[in-house]
Formats: sequence, structure tokens, C-alpha cells
Amino acid sequence: MSTNPETAGAWATATEIAADVHAGTTSATAVIERTLARIAELNPRLNAFTATTAERALAKARAIDAARGKGNGLGPLTGVPFAVKNLFDVKGIPTLAGSKINRAHPPASADSPLIERLEAAGAILVGALNMGEYAYDFTGENAHDGPSRNPHDTTRMTGGSSGGSGGAVAGGLVPIALGSDTNGSIRVPSSFCGLFGLKPTYGRLSRARSFPFVSSFDHLGPLARSVADLAVSYDAMQGPDAEDPVCTKRGIEPVAEVVRRGADGLRIAVAGDYFKTGGHAEAYAAVDRVTKALGVSREIVIPAAGRARAAAYIISASEGASLHLDRIRTSPKDFDPDVRDRLIAGAMIPASMVVKAQKLRRWYREQVLALFKGVDAIIAPATPTVAPLIGQKTLVLDGVEMPLRPNIGIFTQPISFIGLPVVAVPIPLQPMPIGVQIIAAPWREDIALRIAHTLEQSGVAAAPRPKL
Amino acid sequence: MQPDDDTLTALIEAHAKALRLTIEPEWMASVKAHLAVSYRLAGIVEEVELPDESEPAPVYEA
Repeated sequence: MSTNPETAGAWATATEIAADVHAGTTSATAVIERTLARIAELNPRLNAFTATTAERALAKARAIDAARGKGNGLGPLTGVPFAVKNLFDVKGIPTLAGSKINRAHPPASADSPLIERLEAAGAILVGALNMGEYAYDFTGENAHDGPSRNPHDTTRMTGGSSGGSGGAVAGGLVPIALGSDTNGSIRVPSSFCGLFGLKPTYGRLSRARSFPFVSSFDHLGPLARSVADLAVSYDAMQGPDAEDPVCTKRGIEPVAEVVRRGADGLRIAVAGDYFKTGGHAEAYAAVDRVTKALGVSREIVIPAAGRARAAAYIISASEGASLHLDRIRTSPKDFDPDVRDRLIAGAMIPASMVVKAQKLRRWYREQVLALFKGVDAIIAPATPTVAPLIGQKTLVLDGVEMPLRPNIGIFTQPISFIGLPVVAVPIPLQPMPIGVQIIAAPWREDIALRIAHTLEQSGVAAAPRPKL
Repeated sequence: MQPDDDTLTALIEAHAKALRLTIEPEWMASVKAHLAVSYRLAGIVEEVELPDESEPAPVYEA
């Protein structure tokens, strides 16, 4: 169906699908039927979807095809299937947020605004995706629904907490999925599954009608197999939303065309100090490929990044516990034990520690914003390792065996702590891919995406196709 | 800064009572390990000297 035989079928990008539907070389209905068939075939192995919305997707596809037949205007994502982490409200189904407890909730009465905006651009929701319980994990494992499985090696983690989002896109089930990122939950599965992931500036995209975790750090954003798909979906989702008090009042700042400008003239540095320790060799091999491709030799120190990560940990533990206090009081046995025990401990952190962490946050923000007077972007590893095995509990960092679950985010947490925009780019190492973070100043998603696009064009960054 | 094992146990038992949380005996080791990590990391944050006028960032604008 695609105009490009190399990317036909499951591996077509969103922009290719939309172009084909626009041109009439395929129909939205055919795209959705093919997508639903692939989900039915592969989901038993990948465990990415927890619900499909087949009926509504086919109805929407038929409506698009009818509108096209009448010559009505079509949006930039016309006919593009997408799916969302199951913490987004989807009208008619309960918003699980990866939990057992929320299964008793009534079905959502309306879609999340980000779903509404993507569908207004012509995209078609095909389902909800597996995730770590209440987004408190980096693994993609789930005690109730089973683990999301990495399409590159189904014995390995997808990363989390947006695990199903990573698995669904990397497995070619959908070209775009939405995830959330509080401490790294878009960037970690992007790294482990070999995808491009965009964590926008804190407050850029509305979080209304999504299940929260840590309000101070919660972000929503897309995962995709190309930079163009990140850009076009991000553009469709931008804009103020009074329903989310954190959402910016800035107007839409489109990037779909801007990303093609390339990286010439941009001042780029690689993060040193904290970011040069703790990772495995492959994390630094990936960073080296990126810096060589971009001709980056300058190293920059993000001051107190380790302390920032510690403060992010404290705030996350405390805010997460506050959110779930009543549930851990009344239904502790209904939680994933790994999540429950962290939440119980989080409820016992003294307020004085949390306030100090929030003071550090403002101080750290000032330090990092000062750095951006001299650089436009900073390169850093995304994860300390490639995808671990499902069930793995520890990780050796710098020769010390550490608990795996909280330590996968050592490189992502100091960045989301102050809401900086990041594009995670996949470096297709063998046998498993790993990601690199392209970090920009607040509201400069365009810069991070331009660099990601440059790396994609050169072939250094690419979403590898698994053999399934 | 880092409480010892007995202090952590006492803290958890007191908090559980005050917050009306149930902690089964087999959960205790895990809860204690997580709280110990939080105290250790809070110690790292605490070491940063900030002026009294420092403002927290409970509502953050990038």
C-alpha cells in the first residue's frame, strides 16, 4: 500500500500512511483493518495492548474515507492508527493506569484532550497500552497484566513505565503511541525498544484527563519510529488547555517543517561529570556515535546533577505516596508489591526533606538555564544499559550491584526534574539498541528535533526493525 | 542523617500507626529498604547550602 516498498505495511510511518490515504492509494479502513489484524497476531507475544477500540476505530476510518470521497479537507494524520498508555482517558473504558484497583472505576466519559487533538488531525485511536502500575517503574513489568515484552528480544524488558507504548511502536503494531514521562517513562522505553521519543517541556502538552503520578514532573508525549512522526503528532497536540493548570498559555509553535533545517550553526555539547559515570560501555558507545556524527567535542558539566536526581527521587516518592495514600490504606494487597512498598515508604518521608528538594529544584533550574546561554543542546546517555531481562532485579553500576527498578532512570531524572525538552534518539547497536538524550532549553523542542532529524538523516539514529 | 536499622523500624511502625497503614511482617524489609534509600538521597539534597530566602518550586514554570 505504501508508495515506498521498503516501508510497506506494518513499517509504514505515520507520514507515509497519511500521504497514501490523501492520495487515495489506500483507504483509512484498509489501514485500520490491517492494524487490527497485526495487533491480534502479535499482541499475545508482546503484551503491549490491554484494550483495543476496534469498533470505534473502524467507524472513524469509514467516516474518513467517506469524507475523502466527498472531497472534504483531510488532516495531516489522516488514517494514521495510534494507541495510548492506559493512563489516558479513553471514552467508554476505565482508565487503568496499570492498576488492578482502577478496574472498578466507571468508564471514562470523554477522551483525553491529546486523543481528541490527534483525532481532529485525522488519526485513529486503536487501543490502550500496558504500563507499570501507576507509572511507578522503569521496567514495563506489570503484576496484573504481565510484562510488556521487547520486540527486539521478548525475554527483555521494554522499559517503562510506558512499556506497551514502546512495544507497540517498536513491534510495528502502530506508528505512533502516546506515553507519559515523570522521571524517564518515555525516554527509557524509547531507549530499550530503539525508538524516537519526545518528552516536551513541562507544561507544553495538556495532561487533562490522564491519570497523574507526580504532578511536579508529569509530562505526556509521543513515541515513534521517525522524527517526522514525532513532529507531526506533537504539532497536532500543542496548544493551551484550561483543564490542565500547568499547561502553557503559549500558542502553537509548529516544528514539522522546522526539523528539516538541520543542525548547522547549533552549539552542541556533551554532558560530562555525572553523566560520564555509572553507565555500561554501550551507553557511552552510543553517545560517542552521536557526538562524532555531529562533530561535538565540547564537554559541559551540568552542576549538581546527582543531587538533582536525588531531589527528584524524594519528590516523586512523596507526591506519589500522597496521591495513593488512601488506596495503600484501604487496599494494600491489591497493589503490585514492588509499587506498594515504595508508596508506603514514600508516605513516611518528612515534609522538611521534600521542601528542601523543591528549593533545590529552583536553584538547579537557574544553574542549568545559565548553561543554555552558551549552548543550544546537550547530549547525554538515556539509560545506563540496554534492556535488561524481564524479572531482573539488580543492575551493576560502576562495579556495585544496585536495585534495578529505581536506577534505570539515573540519566533521565536530572533532566525531567526541571522540565527540559528532550528527544531520545535510538542508536541501533547490536544485538540491542540504546538511546541518547538530546536536551534543549525550555520551549526549544524544535532544536532537539532538528538535531534528532540530522542524526536520522545520517543513519546514526534509526529505529531498527525486529524480526517477529 | 542516615537512621540506623532500629530507628528505621521504629519510624515505620510509628508512621504506620499514625497514618493507619497496614504493614504485613513480610513487607517490612522492603519498606525499610525503600525508606533507607530516601533518607540517603535526602541527605545528598540536605548537603546543598541554600540561602534562607530560597523559594521552593511547587508550581514550576520552565
